[in-house]
Amino acid sequence: MSHDKALLSIQNITKIYSVGGLFSRERISAVADVSLTMSAEEPEILTLAGESGSGKTTLARMVLRLVEPTSGRILYKGRNIIGIRNRKEQMEFMQDIQPIFQNPFETFNPLKELDRYLFETARNYRGREEQSIDQRIESVLNLVGLSMEEIRGRYPHELSGGQLQRVSVARALIASPLLLVADEPVSMIDASLRMSVVNLFKSLKDEHKVSIIYITHDLATAYYISDRIAIMLRGHIVEIGPVRKVLVEALHPYTRLLKESILQPHAEASWDEEITLSTMEAREFTRLGCKFAGRCDSRLPICEVSDPPITHVDEREVKCWLYVEQEKHRVVSSL
Amino acid sequence: MNVLRIENIQAYYQSTLYGIARNVRAVDGVSLDLHADEIYGIAGESSCGKTTLIKVMFGAVEPPLTIVGGKVLYQLDGNHIDVTQADAETLRQLRWKQVSYILQGSMSLLNPVRKIRKTFWDFTKAHEPTIESAKFEATTRGHLDRLGLPAEVLDSYPHQLSGGMKQRVAIALATIFQPKVILADEPTTALDVVVQRGVLQLLRRIQQETKNTLVIVTHDMGIHANIAHRVGIMYAGRLVEEGRVREIFGEPLHPYTRHLIQSLPAIGDKSERQGIPGAPPNLADPPPGCRFHPRCPYAKPICSIEAPQLTTIADGRRIACFLAAKENANVS
Repeated sequence: MSHDKALLSIQNITKIYSVGGLFSRERISAVADVSLTMSAEEPEILTLAGESGSGKTTLARMVLRLVEPTSGRILYKGRNIIGIRNRKEQMEFMQDIQPIFQNPFETFNPLKELDRYLFETARNYRGREEQSIDQRIESVLNLVGLSMEEIRGRYPHELSGGQLQRVSVARALIASPLLLVADEPVSMIDASLRMSVVNLFKSLKDEHKVSIIYITHDLATAYYISDRIAIMLRGHIVEIGPVRKVLVEALHPYTRLLKESILQPHAEASWDEEITLSTMEAREFTRLGCKFAGRCDSRLPICEVSDPPITHVDEREVKCWLYVEQEKHRVVSSL
Repeated sequence: MNVLRIENIQAYYQSTLYGIARNVRAVDGVSLDLHADEIYGIAGESSCGKTTLIKVMFGAVEPPLTIVGGKVLYQLDGNHIDVTQADAETLRQLRWKQVSYILQGSMSLLNPVRKIRKTFWDFTKAHEPTIESAKFEATTRGHLDRLGLPAEVLDSYPHQLSGGMKQRVAIALATIFQPKVILADEPTTALDVVVQRGVLQLLRRIQQETKNTLVIVTHDMGIHANIAHRVGIMYAGRLVEEGRVREIFGEPLHPYTRHLIQSLPAIGDKSERQGIPGAPPNLADPPPGCRFHPRCPYAKPICSIEAPQLTTIADGRRIACFLAAKENANVS
């Protein structure tokens, strides 16, 4: 896909954090050499999944320009957004890309009425006529299943998490964005309301042509709404492709572990075997070779020493030595 | 054998503003029995009163939360303690040693500037002032070892551990006195799937080893299906259905339970799922009759007038719904 056509094109982006004291400084690559592209022609929902510390939030924050990358480029409609300094360009960018954060209770200042957020956003992006602002706010609130009656003059503590998250989505929609970056938007929301928020994202994509980067660890909802999924582990994308492929016929051993860890709500669901967890994150980050090698069932000697390359297998990209070897065998046998 | 009997407990958040009294009926007439050696799951969405119920069970009742009526009766080692009547000293003896409480964000209770060992030491010392450091070291290491956690965490600071590890350390801390009852309020919410499974694995291991009672409160039906023995479903401050886990998931009877289970998406199935229409009621002004009737697709005229009682329809199966109770009466 040509990069001019892409809505968002992330190219070899890396973010390195230095942790520790003056003498025991360690460099941790929160995001390591990640590239991905979202098409401008067809809106899509791209899920970033992985455990905590896999770099999915850092990646999203770099797209939102909340974190400056160490190296690499992020092109939005063909323009590099990393160097933006002047206010006009910044406003244009923010009009198009809007965030939704994980914890609605932390998103809003507890001492500030909720409607003030909506009015501020509307004034920033929609001019100053009081009439059109009111209409715009009412229409976005209706879209998320709320009304101004419920919001006016209320403080965040007076609403439930689900309602607050809807206010957060409504606020993001005021600017009519083309891309929403939603970081774990439903993890704090109740079961009975969760599906309505998830369906809201789906209808935003289908009816309003909004592309969404959906960050989650809930693979069941990810399967339900997304078109593509990227599985992240310790800063790398280890598997990316159509959600029907990646989640149903997982290739990377880590994707398989994730899939097995899902708690299915069935009568016969109880599991018995135990799994291994990582104790200290820092150790996996500083590993040579594949970051998953310490916990992987099917590791090869090469996994411990050398970082696997990205291989194209069955409509997707996988970063695992298992498939590189297979590829080699295939080439050799066809000769 | 019963460990805890809750009788018709009513706990309201009471406040007065400009002379107008306001009662938020967070828990409104819940009765349930907890047995020894079981995992009891309480399911329901936030603001359905499940956290308040746990607070009442732990005796952590502070204004504006007030117990209006009912009893919370622990039966531990032949002693009967009613938490709603107990004085501060009795509660202090009961807490952590007999009954422990794991909060949602318990990983953030670890002091960031003290090593884990110091945190364990402070906690143990507060409850057993006479303990010597050699004995403390041995019990702590033994406890971590039984839970499958490496002893090296004791020499770490909290920031050096991963989120899931911190949560597991916090659980180890809460269970160091081998309590008879463990109350876990959303112990894995906001953790990711792999870590969530690790934490649940740990809770289940503790329960299996000490044969105690684990009460697990979460809105995640997947967790209940996987580890609970019995499940109680709460809606708007009341228990609406209770039964063994297989019965609840195999044949949910209450329309709310049915909706809760069927609305969950599954991998390999992209068919349309609907959330429950409407929103949970405001507990300061709950709807009359059955509190679910405004959102219920099968609501009958009687549902908006009279509140259905929680009735036993089969062994270990209770339900508060006119529809399900009638169906059942017809069958028998």
